[in-house]
Amino acid sequence: MATVSQFLFRRRGGASWHWTDIFTWVWLIGGLILMFGPAVWLALSSFKTPAALAEFPPTLLPYVTQQATVEGYDKPLSLYTVTMEDGSTRTLAEIRRIGLVAQMIDPAAPKDIIKVDISKREPVRTVEFATSNYIQPFLAFDFTRYLWNSVFVTTMATLITLLVNSMAAFALSKYKFRGQPLIMMIILATLMVPLGVIMVPLYSIVSALGLVNSLWGVILPTVATPTGVFLLRQYMLTIPDELIEAARMDKASEWQIYWRIVLPLAAPALAVLGIFSVVWRWNDFLWPLIVLSRKELYTLQVGLNIYSGELNVQWHYILAMTVVTMIPVVLVFIFLQRFITTGIAGTGLK
Amino acid sequence: MNAQTPSSAASRLTGALLAPVRYLAGIIDLPLRGLQKVTGLTGMASFFLLPNMAIFTIFVLLPLIMNVIYSMTGGTAIFLDSRTFVGAEQYSRLLDCGSYLDSGTCAEDRFWIATSNTAWFVLLQVPLLLVVALVTALVLNRELKARSFWRAVFFFPVLLSPVVVGLIWRWILQRQGLLNLMLFETVGAQPHTWLTDRFWAFAAAIGVSIWAHVGFYALILLAGLQAIPKDIYEAAEMDGTRPSRVFWRITLPLLMPNLLVVLVLALIRAVQVFDEVYVLTGGGPGTSTMYLIQYIFETGFASQLRNPGLAAAASILMGLVLVVLTLVQLGISRTNERKGQR
Amino acid sequence: MSRITLNKLGKSYGQVHVLKDIDLDIVDGELMVFVGPSGCGKSTLLRQIAGLDRPTSGEIRIDGRLVNNVPAADRGLAMVFQSYALYPHMSVRQNLAFGLENARLPRAEIDSRITEAARMLEIGQLLERRPGQLSGGQRQRVAIGRAIVRNPTAFLLDEPLSNLDAELRISTRAELAALHARLGTTMIYVTHDQVEAMTLAHRIVVLRGGQIEQIGAPLELYNKPANRFVAGFIGAPRMNFLECGADGNALVLPGGHTLNKAVPAKGKVTLGIRPQHVKLAANDMGTVPAEVTLVEALGSETVVHTMAAGNQPLLLTLEGQHKVTAGEKVHLKFDDDRLHLFDVEGLRLN
Repeated sequence: MATVSQFLFRRRGGASWHWTDIFTWVWLIGGLILMFGPAVWLALSSFKTPAALAEFPPTLLPYVTQQATVEGYDKPLSLYTVTMEDGSTRTLAEIRRIGLVAQMIDPAAPKDIIKVDISKREPVRTVEFATSNYIQPFLAFDFTRYLWNSVFVTTMATLITLLVNSMAAFALSKYKFRGQPLIMMIILATLMVPLGVIMVPLYSIVSALGLVNSLWGVILPTVATPTGVFLLRQYMLTIPDELIEAARMDKASEWQIYWRIVLPLAAPALAVLGIFSVVWRWNDFLWPLIVLSRKELYTLQVGLNIYSGELNVQWHYILAMTVVTMIPVVLVFIFLQRFITTGIAGTGLK
Repeated sequence: MNAQTPSSAASRLTGALLAPVRYLAGIIDLPLRGLQKVTGLTGMASFFLLPNMAIFTIFVLLPLIMNVIYSMTGGTAIFLDSRTFVGAEQYSRLLDCGSYLDSGTCAEDRFWIATSNTAWFVLLQVPLLLVVALVTALVLNRELKARSFWRAVFFFPVLLSPVVVGLIWRWILQRQGLLNLMLFETVGAQPHTWLTDRFWAFAAAIGVSIWAHVGFYALILLAGLQAIPKDIYEAAEMDGTRPSRVFWRITLPLLMPNLLVVLVLALIRAVQVFDEVYVLTGGGPGTSTMYLIQYIFETGFASQLRNPGLAAAASILMGLVLVVLTLVQLGISRTNERKGQR
Repeated sequence: MSRITLNKLGKSYGQVHVLKDIDLDIVDGELMVFVGPSGCGKSTLLRQIAGLDRPTSGEIRIDGRLVNNVPAADRGLAMVFQSYALYPHMSVRQNLAFGLENARLPRAEIDSRITEAARMLEIGQLLERRPGQLSGGQRQRVAIGRAIVRNPTAFLLDEPLSNLDAELRISTRAELAALHARLGTTMIYVTHDQVEAMTLAHRIVVLRGGQIEQIGAPLELYNKPANRFVAGFIGAPRMNFLECGADGNALVLPGGHTLNKAVPAKGKVTLGIRPQHVKLAANDMGTVPAEVTLVEALGSETVVHTMAAGNQPLLLTLEGQHKVTAGEKVHLKFDDDRLHLFDVEGLRLN
């Protein structure tokens, strides 16, 4: 730990601390807590039982109150450590609570009811992860379905995006033809057309095509992203034209030039667009919410929102499913973060 | 970015996965060679453009044009042919107000509530966001060990989905949430239901949206900071310039192009605030966090208020604001490019 | 067998004429060099022949067949690009095989051709490497190899040596000449370097402003340049030019000195004399007085910069080592047989 902090806090030249150094570390540590904290808290909470979730003040780790089955009682009883009047402590099971007094029994001798002031008792708890929060939604609810829908939408949309956009980018970067500047202008002008501006007529088009309540209705409107065309075109412009001419001299057809020369060489840009597309499509919310009204077609995002909006919110399931929804993005973040940050810094893409 | 030599196992795996795709591509080469004979080299450009352009036209361009027509029709029907032409009626309904400062006097009061909410949101969120992003970028631009780790820390929420962001903060801000716990532990404050309080819900909307997006803007600003040549700072140091003066006279002016880009981007995004706030508060309490996109969404699709024409008209008014902002942005980046060339 | 004939070939982009009325006949087995300053149209001309560009007017014939509308791939030519244009994502072997696979040659044939080319160019041990792992000289060989395996009717080489360092350029130049001698295939070679042109070519085409200035064997161009431009372009250091007056029998130099020489013109003429053909002389008749301004002693030769009478800079190259110093007054003698005379338009008079 000391070496880690030494590593993190080492300063160039070992000069003395300036106020800006202190500020820097306050900001960084504060950022660390504020940025990661909420997600970690959510993840920890997702392992708590409904009873533990309803507690106030809440505990950091998921605790479960120990229970014991006692002869003569149908339900398992919660165990408490009770401080007796003589100062000794005993482990007792609670039968019921009346006001500030709890009626307790010793599981070993269930005959005698002991009355205990509730401030004198502490629940016996152990850390236990309530994995049923994760299993139940998949078994009892439609979450398997939602997960599959999300995976399908994300995969198909990303594959089509990559294919269709790279073809267009190839045409716009490696050919000269009439109308090319016009197409580029349209693409630039529509880089910023947000869904919010076109959602009403878009819905009518999608429903005219019979795609309402179909996952393809979610996929198709998103795949011809001007942003993707623009990003790929900029990258393909850096591929030397001589390579393409060399391939033409080598009797390659235009399709082969696209497929065997340009696509492999544009791999870094394709990777960036692919990662972004996965994150975008996985996270899409408003458009699936509009297009999908049948439960079995919901994506994870829509399903989560609908469930969390119900009057009787089952937080233990919602939290667990939120974590599940987060997982792919967290994986992308851990393994491909560098790719994304350089992608953003280079293109201003989001 | 050079081609690297990936580990052989990984490359063999991708090779195996790609084999059927390669095979398919090889098969369609034959008909495409035939097509190329007919179209010629340059003609193939149309072939490559076609799929993208078709999808783009159907799902972006066409809706863009149809929106104008929708905004001039009335009724609740989805398809244009069963809608009636009403001219500018939807617009005059949106703009019909006794006083523009009081949404209660407007015919379409929800639109004006959403507009004023959005305006307040933009006015408060954007400056705050930029300041936090700038400070973060400056901090990350210092001589830091493990800079990419710290950069990742601030960037993390950017990738989270709005639904996840909304739910994370709903969980923290609820009555038995972490915030109340910390206030209880530190100052002994009684639990408060933050999201049912008009003021705090609005503040939460701003705070959460900053939390979710600051990493993105900090990243762009950091790239701008790192593009400033180091020798300029060394020259300033040789001149004995005070650090604060270095910031105001060197860093800030040289970062200005990036700051402007980030400002306009943040404005464009703030005008369209919706997802994470919708999940967080549902627009409530009441209408206190209902913004324009939510108004358009509900007017267009929610069953009891449905009026697609009105939603279209509102979206066009919002679109105009975005067009202006986009033009400003294009202007800025063009000036930046020209400056860069000099 | 390949004879390439250009007939009134022209190429223009809008109002800009890049090539004008090019007539050229390249015979089978010839090594033809296109030389000229940058922007003279030599690369454009090569691209028309290759089929990478279409001429706006005129004809291109290969072995008598009109090929204006034949795509590059079907002209039976191979090209070596200035940047080599090797496919960076393919190994050397794949680079060589790509064109042959496109032509759907049997695998065994492809392999034997690659082996043969690799042996000839001594790149056998590089076949499994990627272009990024090769040195400049090795890449250049691979680029030539890619052309050779195609068994083309003619090779087109676009400044193939310009990316090599000076030493490598000289040795590769010799290898290229040897390769041509061995293959006996027609080669068209584009360069801006007149030394390369002189050492390699059977015939040289000097181009300027999209027009042919002169076609001829290297020494023909050196000894009898058709005009002032060719005279100045071929030979190093550059030819000296003096603006003179002529009256039929004598030349009046800028300083007022006269040279007795039959001149088939009257009025203004330009006298050209190569630095190698000016000598130092004792004070004598028919010499020009000058003052030495700079001496560059290279050991094997001495380059002397002088200012002749009439403020006329004159350069001379003397064989061996000479004791001349700056500021010294000298007398210069021109080699009478090596005088070049050009009229006002720059055309050769004698």
